Amino acid sequence: MTGKVAARKGLFYLLVIAIIFYTLFPFYYAILSSLKTGTELFSVDYFPVTWNLGNYVSVFRDNPFATNIWNSVLVSFSTVALSLFLGLTAAFALARIKFRGRSLLLLTILGVSMFPQVAVLSGMFQMIRSLGLYNHLPGLVLAYMIFTLPFTVWVLTTFMRELPKELEEAAIMDGASSWTILTRVFMPLMWPALVTTGLLAFIAAWNEFLFALTFTLTNDERTVPVGIALMSGASTHEIPWGNIMAASVMVTLPLVVLVLIFQRRIVSGLTAGAVKG
Amino acid sequence: MADRLTASRVRSAWLFLTPMLVVLALVAAWPLVRTIWLSFTDANLLSMEKAKFVGLENFKGEYGLLHDKLWWTSVKNTLWFTFFTVTIETVLGMTVALVLNKEFPGRGLIRAAVLVPWAIPTVVSAKMWSWMLNDQFGILNHIGVQLGLLHAPLAWTADPDLLMASVVMVDVWKTTPFMALLILAGLQMLPKECYEAAQVDGVHPVKVFFKVTLPLIRPALMVAIIFRALDAIRIFDLIYVLTGTREPSMTMSVYARQQLIEFQQVGYGSAASTLLFFIVALLTVLYIVIGRVKLGGD
Repeated sequence: MTGKVAARKGLFYLLVIAIIFYTLFPFYYAILSSLKTGTELFSVDYFPVTWNLGNYVSVFRDNPFATNIWNSVLVSFSTVALSLFLGLTAAFALARIKFRGRSLLLLTILGVSMFPQVAVLSGMFQMIRSLGLYNHLPGLVLAYMIFTLPFTVWVLTTFMRELPKELEEAAIMDGASSWTILTRVFMPLMWPALVTTGLLAFIAAWNEFLFALTFTLTNDERTVPVGIALMSGASTHEIPWGNIMAASVMVTLPLVVLVLIFQRRIVSGLTAGAVKG
Repeated sequence: MADRLTASRVRSAWLFLTPMLVVLALVAAWPLVRTIWLSFTDANLLSMEKAKFVGLENFKGEYGLLHDKLWWTSVKNTLWFTFFTVTIETVLGMTVALVLNKEFPGRGLIRAAVLVPWAIPTVVSAKMWSWMLNDQFGILNHIGVQLGLLHAPLAWTADPDLLMASVVMVDVWKTTPFMALLILAGLQMLPKECYEAAQVDGVHPVKVFFKVTLPLIRPALMVAIIFRALDAIRIFDLIYVLTGTREPSMTMSVYARQQLIEFQQVGYGSAASTLLFFIVALLTVLYIVIGRVKLGGD
């Protein structure tokens, strides 16, 4: 019996190791490749042979990568700020005040979160162009609202609904306005939810590709994903793998660190929209 | 007094909602309506304002979508892709979720590890894998040949017969974590008593899984599957970066964007977008009905 238990335990840990290997190996291999230059890249190794940071220098020299990063930072932070502001005010109304059409509104917002981006591409293109935002970063921030806003509203509403009624009753008795109640009473309690949704919105904006590819034209306005996708060498057959891997590692490391720090919050935020509803 | 208070609260509710509603109308409602409208026109990217109404020409006309073999190939590819990725992800995701549902030292660490593929930008994971899948220098061919699994290196991202398999492989790696987390959330809501009873009775764990766990988490599992399927149907980034716009891995989103932007046929591309929208809308309704999403709390 004990032998059987031990064997089962061994198998379990083997499975754990397999999962870790499967999920982490591609990223590990990207780091490994990013540290190799020249012909070293063309031999397969499982452990670092050299620690050459050449690619991390040349990726900035050969590409407008610094500009790409700056653009991504601007777009992502603006997207987070705007969607949290709009989401928080809307969530307050949806979670704390009873009015007609509330359920229908929530249902519509949930529906929007399912929109395939391609389904609105030509209409969005036309709108961005008529607002004069084509090839400008604010155009991307506006476009990103289509996927960050629905889940921000949804998650914040779910969270705010759980807060006790007594909190605002006292404030209402004192004659506080809705704005005061939101900013003074609820905001201090909302930080966990704001961090979660803000983080998810940040990752979504940081990673977005289709809109960024379609609504920008020049290197000065491109974000990181587009920059990496379009990285090419001197000739079309010469793909600069070293540079691409270095760029990939640099834009992914901050995300990996965020995930490690906030994993619990991310998990609860991700599943809040889908399973618990 | 109470009525006046309620009325003023409802007024402020709409005031609070207005900014969000205006933005959603601007970025969701209006572009969608425009796209559907454009699908009935002969709009061109360079002269969108001069578009003429052509009725159902883009759909049913001689050169319409329904007569385009490439469109049907992309529909078939999308369905094929969706079916295989979602099936594999469900099985793998279930395995990962069952592991994460157990309490053991270092569980937090592997949960964090599982989140890494999810957090990596799709473009980056496409590039990372396309390097690993490289026909001459890729590590996958290297391992495959060394272990004797492959007779010769394969051109994963060039050989037409392998394009779709490569795309599925990378997508499974990237999105299994999300599936696992959704299933895990379902598993953690199950009552512990059922398991304890089964354990006392000495029922085999495999039997417990099929007789107790699976039936209990079926609703959560169905929601997760539909959620993933909706995401898979609109796949664009991964395919565009990994294999480009080539026929064997062309999906509906890739097709629509190619028509819209590269060929500048906005009317025709919008028709493809519109069809994709209605397919997704249908599945969304299904999702909401099956998920019985709790609304408004009243």
